[in-house]
Amino acid sequence: MSKISTYGKKYEPKSGVSRWFDERLPLPRLMHNSVNAFPTPRNLNYWYTFGGVLTFCLITQIITGVVLSMHYTANSELAFGSVEHIMRNVNYGWLIRYIHAVGASMFFLAVYVHIFRGLYYGSYKAPRELLWILGVVIYLLMTATAFMGYVLPWGQMSFWGATVITNLFSAIPVVGGTITEWLWGGFAVDNSTLNRFFSLHYLLPFMIFGVVILHIWSLHVTGNNNPTGISVKDEQDTIPFSPYYTVKDAFALVCFLILFAWFIFYNPNILGHSDNYIEANPLSTPAHIVPEWYLLPFYAILRAIPSKIGGVIFMFSAIAILFLLPWLDTSKIRSATFRPLYRQFYWIFLANCLVLGYLGSQNPEGGYLIASRICTAYYFIHFLVVFPLLGIIETPKPLPESITKSVLEKIKSKANEENKQEV
Amino acid sequence: MSDKETKETNRRDFIFLATGAVAAVGVASAAWPLIHQMNPDSTALALSTIEVDVSGMEVGQSITVKWRGKPVFIRRRTRDEIDLARSVSLDDLPDGLARNNNATNTATATDENRSIEGKEEWLVMLGVCTHLGCVPKGQSIGDARGDYGGWYCPCHGSHYDTAGRIRKGPAPTNLDIPPAIFLNDSVIKIG
Amino acid sequence: MCKSINLSKIRQLILSLLGIFFLITSSSTFSIAAGEGVSKVKEQDWTFSGVFGYYDRGALQRGFQVYKEVCSSCHSMKYVYYRNLSEPGGPGFSVDEAKAIAAEFTVVDGPDASGDMFERNAVPSDKFVSPYDNDAMARMSNGGALPPDLSLIAKARSTERGFPLWIIDLFTGYQEQGVDYVYALLNGYKDMPSDFPLQDGMNYNKYYPGNQIAMYNPLSSDIVEYADGTEATVENMSKDVATFLMWTAEPKLEARKKMGFKVIIFLSLLAGLLYFSKKKIWARLDH
Repeated sequence: MSKISTYGKKYEPKSGVSRWFDERLPLPRLMHNSVNAFPTPRNLNYWYTFGGVLTFCLITQIITGVVLSMHYTANSELAFGSVEHIMRNVNYGWLIRYIHAVGASMFFLAVYVHIFRGLYYGSYKAPRELLWILGVVIYLLMTATAFMGYVLPWGQMSFWGATVITNLFSAIPVVGGTITEWLWGGFAVDNSTLNRFFSLHYLLPFMIFGVVILHIWSLHVTGNNNPTGISVKDEQDTIPFSPYYTVKDAFALVCFLILFAWFIFYNPNILGHSDNYIEANPLSTPAHIVPEWYLLPFYAILRAIPSKIGGVIFMFSAIAILFLLPWLDTSKIRSATFRPLYRQFYWIFLANCLVLGYLGSQNPEGGYLIASRICTAYYFIHFLVVFPLLGIIETPKPLPESITKSVLEKIKSKANEENKQEV
Repeated sequence: MSDKETKETNRRDFIFLATGAVAAVGVASAAWPLIHQMNPDSTALALSTIEVDVSGMEVGQSITVKWRGKPVFIRRRTRDEIDLARSVSLDDLPDGLARNNNATNTATATDENRSIEGKEEWLVMLGVCTHLGCVPKGQSIGDARGDYGGWYCPCHGSHYDTAGRIRKGPAPTNLDIPPAIFLNDSVIKIG
Repeated sequence: MCKSINLSKIRQLILSLLGIFFLITSSSTFSIAAGEGVSKVKEQDWTFSGVFGYYDRGALQRGFQVYKEVCSSCHSMKYVYYRNLSEPGGPGFSVDEAKAIAAEFTVVDGPDASGDMFERNAVPSDKFVSPYDNDAMARMSNGGALPPDLSLIAKARSTERGFPLWIIDLFTGYQEQGVDYVYALLNGYKDMPSDFPLQDGMNYNKYYPGNQIAMYNPLSSDIVEYADGTEATVENMSKDVATFLMWTAEPKLEARKKMGFKVIIFLSLLAGLLYFSKKKIWARLDH
């Protein structure tokens, strides 16, 4: 195990108050050790700032969500009108609503970057398997939260998206129908469903918050991974989290906020679907039922499989397989920087996921259906075949001796280039 | 050498100070909408003023209207009620102030200061007992009026007279009079 | 700083994506998304589009007149209040004008002291009065078809943008899909092919999905006499009413775009300051 816990400055209470507090509840000590002094690899690049961005997104969603729920009414007769009430009458209601709606998309954008960073640098590999698993749990909770949240405005997409997805449970043999009616609280998606979705949508983010604490805690036991994938060898490889990474995270966050603000103020509805501005009508189905963009790849997988139960199994397996990743990947090398073969497959996998997303937005027929099947097959092949095989057959590039050495190498080669240019 | 250090220190501190200040402004600006959204929204503000058509009201008739979520008593008083109110000396009143939003804070509780200016028949007051907030009786024909011919609060026994002033009981002040004027001969604007 | 992702990899990714895309979209097994026969909606010029978008007050007032005199006989506007007509960011009527407009309509209120419902003139705090008491009545009066509520119509409709427009739209701030569609629809009652199988009671429209719409052509030249003297051509009226409908759907548009400008400038400034702070702090390390 790393000696991470012995690095960094020991906590010395600065004032009488903090010493009094720390003796009774070691919170100041905990804050100092986690945020101030925490020894972090010195070579983390900007792809590592998305964890901080995600924490900000979670807090933003919780705050705007709690505020929205002061004005929202979760009754099927009144829900759609209450959202319009927020948009038109509540002071800054339009702003808070758009922040929350766009915020969900930004949350998922950040989480996908965060996940793909982990896939690239091998952050899921030993000893960080539990860190990865907790992350997948967070992702699952996020998906459930987002799905239920989208139902709350009670537009056409809210209603019919809920109908399609809850109907999937009826595919379960024997008990499927009973479970579905239990979920609905009736014989179809209706007021009972809306009310319970509101309650759970309010609850789940706080569970996400709890798992995030576990996630960060487990990260602090092993220490961060880094772009080289090499473990920290001594104190020289690390720098205190504050002020270096606090300021770097802050800068990255503000850049992220500029993109966030662009969508909120200049195109708040483009990531959504216009049908959701029509009040839910159980007697009229929209021409194309589509979920929000961040769920499209799973939607494509669901509809690629010809059988209903098969589609459900494959869709849930697509996430379930992530839990097994630390054991599917047989490579001893963590980072793709030194795995030239894996790197090719990584980009193909990313492209595959993006194409799956596009296919999720189209009708599952003709060429689109064939493409969905190919891409779904590749998704599972990537995890079940590519990951195990590559570890065995790949020849990795030579690893640097330590993080510090790799950083010094970079500086030397940069200086050499500059010298060459001068000459 | 030391000169360069101090210069660097000054510049370093400045950029951090500037960043911190700008960030603080950002946080405050972001916090304001979250606070202001709890203030009354535009539907509540739209009802902060109402117009009541009283052209159908007879002498001796009372109506109750809702204004800002609370009952407002509008009464077209009889000659007797007006005279009775005017015959009371200010020294006999537990609360000597008019409590009229259309007058100054220090106006005394004379009958003229309680009824609408220039329209002595008309009394417009908040139907909320100043003790603990119950709605006093006296608007309907069969209601108890209390010992002073006005209104009576059944919760803890406050008696109000024909000008809505507290005469007996635990209520500390006279019934509040909201901003109210006659827009024309038949319409009162409240609020 | 380790640079593990280099340009050539990104190029590879983009190329492979494009490759797959063209493979998919060029195949003849794919049908045109909008459906055969439905014309493509063109982008129009609107004063409210873009970063500095604003509502033309004159257009809003004329559009309101078109709604009131033509559309409101069948279409409700149930999320708009009469007071919105005089509030900032809207058509800019005065408070008294809004009051007068409201008073032209009657609403049902009550029950009164004897337990009866009664009618009274509308006041600014009331919502726009609907032409029908409920959906069933609306359908009965319109041959079974339900004229949709128009409050949100400009956001409840969209058009197929196709690739690569839907990516470009993300960054140009194009949010007028709905209002472009409404404008096109109002001008689309023409060019019916001679062999088109038009059903009884339906009308041909170039832009409506399926080309058959229950609504008859609502606008004709001079059907309305504009108070400000503007010529009431179908083009002008449809432009004005579409602008009005954009406002009813997004009454806070002007405030939103104004705030957005300030926010993004502010965040850019803060980003710059943080960037230099970061550089200053990281310079402490022996690099």
